[in-house]
Amino acid sequence: MTELQADQGAQALEIPHAQAKTQRNRDALIALAVFVVLALLPTVFSSKLLLDFVIRCAAYGLFATSLNLLVGYTGLISFGHGMFFGLGAYGFGLMMQKTGVPVPVAFIATLVITFVVALVIGAICVRLKEIYFAFVTLAFQMLIHSTILSWVSLTGGDQGLRGGIPRPPFLGIDLSNQLHLYVASCALLVIGLYLMHRIAQSPFGYTLRMIRDNAMRASFIGIDVWRAKLTIFVLAALFASTGGIIMALFVSGAYPEFAYWTISGEGIFINMLGGVTTFLGPMVGTVLLLILNDTVTRLTEYHGLVLGIVILFFAIGLRKGLMDFVVEWYAQRRNNAGERG
Amino acid sequence: MDLDALTGCLASSACLVTQTTSGFIIGMLLFLVAVGLTLIFGVLKVVNFSHGAFYMFGAYFAMTAYQLSGSFALAMLCGAAGTAILGLIFERVFMSRVYGADVLMQLLVCYAFVLIFDDVVRMIWGPEFKSMGMPAAFQVAPLFIAGGVVPPYYLLLIGVALAAAMILGLGLARTRIGKVIRAAAHNPGMVSALGINTGLIYGGVFALGGMLAGLAGALAAPVRSLTPGMGFSVLIESFIVTVIGGMGSILGALIGALLIGLIRSFGSLGFPLFTEGLMYLFMVIVLVSRPTGLFGKEVA
Repeated sequence: MTELQADQGAQALEIPHAQAKTQRNRDALIALAVFVVLALLPTVFSSKLLLDFVIRCAAYGLFATSLNLLVGYTGLISFGHGMFFGLGAYGFGLMMQKTGVPVPVAFIATLVITFVVALVIGAICVRLKEIYFAFVTLAFQMLIHSTILSWVSLTGGDQGLRGGIPRPPFLGIDLSNQLHLYVASCALLVIGLYLMHRIAQSPFGYTLRMIRDNAMRASFIGIDVWRAKLTIFVLAALFASTGGIIMALFVSGAYPEFAYWTISGEGIFINMLGGVTTFLGPMVGTVLLLILNDTVTRLTEYHGLVLGIVILFFAIGLRKGLMDFVVEWYAQRRNNAGERG
Repeated sequence: MDLDALTGCLASSACLVTQTTSGFIIGMLLFLVAVGLTLIFGVLKVVNFSHGAFYMFGAYFAMTAYQLSGSFALAMLCGAAGTAILGLIFERVFMSRVYGADVLMQLLVCYAFVLIFDDVVRMIWGPEFKSMGMPAAFQVAPLFIAGGVVPPYYLLLIGVALAAAMILGLGLARTRIGKVIRAAAHNPGMVSALGINTGLIYGGVFALGGMLAGLAGALAAPVRSLTPGMGFSVLIESFIVTVIGGMGSILGALIGALLIGLIRSFGSLGFPLFTEGLMYLFMVIVLVSRPTGLFGKEVA
């Protein structure tokens, strides 16, 4: 290689590096702005219902977006991702009830537990082919669910963790106060989304996309596919667990339904509803599904029937998520404008 | 954990016989569901995630037919035939639309139907537990084999399931239709180029799979309680069976189902709280040592 070529190479490398840096700054700014807007929301709308809704969005949104890291970015269709949601809720709830440690300690400890469990389950699952992967993750979800049901002395069985989760104040934050919990949930949501977006845009994130599109090619150029899949499986589990922790704080308890397979099914559907090709698709899907759920349960007791028909409409009729349509519409509009101009 | 109970049982022939028959009952019902699942996967290359619903419908159809007619044979027939028709409609109208699509779409369509079917059952038969009751013909004194208690109905159940396994195995291996089905599993494009209606084969195989699950549900109706959502745990267990036995293998499904049945019946003695866990543990051991299952072929 001549000196000139090397010089060119260095220049070519410098530009993406600079771009990455500006993008990182832009992401951080957007995240901060979103957080400020969300935090100021209660000063404008004082509705308790709205705050509750946003807290639930934060819990499910983190869960669904982390599932998209697996489904949309890596092509790993996990049908048992809900187990980490349940694990987070139960881990945190039990930690607070049994040991009485401060909230941040319990938070970190729950994530550590999730890390270990996800590492073990992931190590077994990620080498399997797609449909096997889907079902074996589902089987693990059912194992965790049945363990929760049968270990009555620890988990309270089908009654769930009752008697409330103690939430002692720390650093001036009192999570039993709805407003404090709201701001904390928003902060966790925004930080979580920011981190996940960083992961998705990192070189590692692009490695994942490559594995999704052609795993064999990725392994030929020297990528350890198994290790990359396991890494993202564990990372996604941590964010899902954070969602579960928010949920446990919100309802001040944990119930076996949090670890039931329907949570995973809903997560997949949220992704479908919002679209897996955009980062924010699952977040949009979360808001839509929660609104849909709330409306349907108010109107009819046959909640599954209505939800099932909506899913069919999306899966067979549209075959795309809502955000996919928005992106397409935007691209087309820009194209048209380009032709005219 | 109660290892004394387990070793005590293994030492007594009476307990051994009782537990083995109850393991076989669980295993045979699972086999009928799992073999349909594995057949549909082998030919259509989709995993019918709503397969448990066919088991549920089979049980409910049988119960209604039995209550209306009082005939046990007619109840079995209704359970099997009703789910076969349901399977045919389900495949032709909905599943056939997502064959080309990715696994996510197939899972979603099935997920939608799990929700819909459970609610339909809740609407028609109500949300509470139902029971069909043991037909009068089988309300006789149980048999005693080596001191163990074996109700005659259990023998019928095992017999029917084994007969279904034999007919299915021989039918696929020896008859013309069986040959066509195997060919369609191998190369559907070529089969259809030879002038055979593959759509009909797909629909037929799905109906057959649904019928087997429905038959399992009908056979289970006198001995299990009926509730909306009863199919889901059966689905998970039969999926574990196919993973252990190997996707697409009938013999594998039979062996896997019997192993799971025995693990459940003996495990409930030794590890009452961890019976389900044992099942998953066994699956994990098989998966780690033989990822394609005990009888599965290496897929390219």
